[in-house]
Amino acid sequence: MLAALTAFGITSVARLITGARALWLGCTPQPVQRLYYANHSSHGDFVLIWASLPQELRRHTRPVAGADYWQKPGIRQFLINRVFNGVLIDRQHSEAQSDPLQPIHAALEQGDSLIFFPEGTRNLGDEPLLAFKSGLFHLASAHPEVELIPVWIANLNRVMPKGRALPLPLLCTLSFGEPLQRLPDDSKHAFLERARLALLALAPKES
Amino acid sequence: MDHNTLLLFAGIGGLLLLASLIGRLLKWRAGPAPHAVIDNLNARINAWWVMVLVIGLAFVFGKLGVILLFYCVSFYALREFLTLTPTRRGDYPALVAAFYVALPVQYLLIAMDWYGLFSIFIPVYLFLLLPILASFGGDTTRFLERASKVQWGLMIAVYCLSSVPALMTLDIPGFEGRNLLLIAWLILVVQISDVLQYVCGKLFGKRKVAPRLSPSKTLEGLLGGVALATLIGATLFWITPFTFWQAALMALTVNVMGFFGGLVMSAIKRDRGVKDWGHMIEGHGGMLDRMDSVCFAAPVFFHFVRYWWA
Repeated sequence: MLAALTAFGITSVARLITGARALWLGCTPQPVQRLYYANHSSHGDFVLIWASLPQELRRHTRPVAGADYWQKPGIRQFLINRVFNGVLIDRQHSEAQSDPLQPIHAALEQGDSLIFFPEGTRNLGDEPLLAFKSGLFHLASAHPEVELIPVWIANLNRVMPKGRALPLPLLCTLSFGEPLQRLPDDSKHAFLERARLALLALAPKES
Repeated sequence: MDHNTLLLFAGIGGLLLLASLIGRLLKWRAGPAPHAVIDNLNARINAWWVMVLVIGLAFVFGKLGVILLFYCVSFYALREFLTLTPTRRGDYPALVAAFYVALPVQYLLIAMDWYGLFSIFIPVYLFLLLPILASFGGDTTRFLERASKVQWGLMIAVYCLSSVPALMTLDIPGFEGRNLLLIAWLILVVQISDVLQYVCGKLFGKRKVAPRLSPSKTLEGLLGGVALATLIGATLFWITPFTFWQAALMALTVNVMGFFGGLVMSAIKRDRGVKDWGHMIEGHGGMLDRMDSVCFAAPVFFHFVRYWWA
C-alpha cells in the first residue's frame, strides 16, 4: 500500500516537473519482454523511463541499479526494493569469481523487462554518450529473445545536475527507438558500437 | 463580473459556437478520412474553448485570479523557452534564480502594486544578477550567449507577459474597477488578429511575407487579419477608456507588435530547428506559440495606457 502510494507520488512528481513526454518512434508500448537501454546522466533517469511507461508495463519493468548507491538501509532501500522492484548489481566486483550480471540474468529468465544503462556510470562530462561497458553484449548474447530498445533521455541532466538538490522544471523528452537488430556474426566490439550509435541517433541535433 | 464582461464573454462564446459549427461542417464535407488542415482547425477551436473557459474562471476571481493565471502562463512559457535554448552546467544558479526567484517576485510585486520595482526588477536587477551567478560556475564557454539566453527568456516569458496583469494596477480616471475589461480587450484583439491572419492567409494567402522566418505567414493574411482585428478592436471601444479612433490606433499598434512578435519568436524556433515551442495546447503547439504575439504587444500597450490614460 505504502509502496504503491509512493510509486504514484514519484511518477506524478516526475511528470509534473519534467513534462516527461514519451515519443515512441521505433516501437509501441507493448507487453513483450524488453531491455530498455538508455543514456545515463542523472539519478532520475530510470524513474523517468519508468514513469513514462503505461502502468501495466511498469509492473514488469525493473531498473538495474548499483548496489553501492541503493543498498543503504532506510529510504533508498525501501525505494529500490519495494517501490521500483529494482535489480541490484555489485559494480565493485568484490568477489572476483562471481558474475556481477548474475542478478540481471535471473530477472530476464523470470520474464521481467529491464531498464539498463550500458555506460555503467553517470555521464557528467560534455560528451553526449560514453563508451558502453560489455554488460549489454553479454546480456544480449545470453537472451536473444529479449527486444533491445534504445531510449534517449533528453534534458534530464539539466533538470537534475550532479550534486544539486533542487530540480529545475525544464521539459524532458524520451525517445524510444526501434529494437536493435541481432546480427549472428557480431563481435563484441561491433555490437556495442552499433548499439551505441542506435542510441545516439535518437538524440536531438545540437546546432 | 459586471454587465459588460458578461456580454463580452457571451459574444466570444457565440463566436466559438459558430467556429465549432463551421469546423464540424467542413469535416463532414471532407469525409471521414484524416485531413491535416481541417483536423488541425478543429483541434485549435476545441483548445480555444478550454482557453476561454480558463480565462473566464480567472476573471471570476478578479485581480488575484488574473495574476495567478499569468503566473502559470509565464511559468510554462519560461520552461518552454529555456528547454529549447541549451545552457551549461554552470548556469544552474542563474536558472534557479529565474524559476524560483524572478518569476514569483515579479508577480508578487504586481500583486503589491509596486510599479517602481516591477517595471525595473528584471531589466535592471536580474540583468546584473544573472551573469554574476553564472560567473560563479567558472565556465567561460559561450558565456555571453548563455547569459543572454536566460535574460531573454525572463524578459519574454516573465517581464513582457506580466504586463498583462500589470494593467490591473493602473488607476484610470473614469474607468475605476473596470481594468479587467482592458485585459479582456487586449487579449481578445491580439488573439483574434492571430486567428484572422490565419484564416485570411488560408483563404486568400499567396505572397509569403517572411518565407525564411515563418513560411506560413502571407501578405494577404497579414493585411486582412490586422485590418479586421483593428476594426473589431475599434468597435469594442465601449469596454475601454478609449474613444473609437483611439481604440482603432491602439488595436493597430498591438496587432502590428503582435505580428512582429510572432516573427521574432519564429526566427528563434527555426534557429533551434523546431516548428513549435512545445506541445501543451492541442493544435496550437506550446504556450509560447499561443502567447508570442501577446509577449510583444502587452508591454507597449501597458506603457501607452499608463502614459496617456492613467
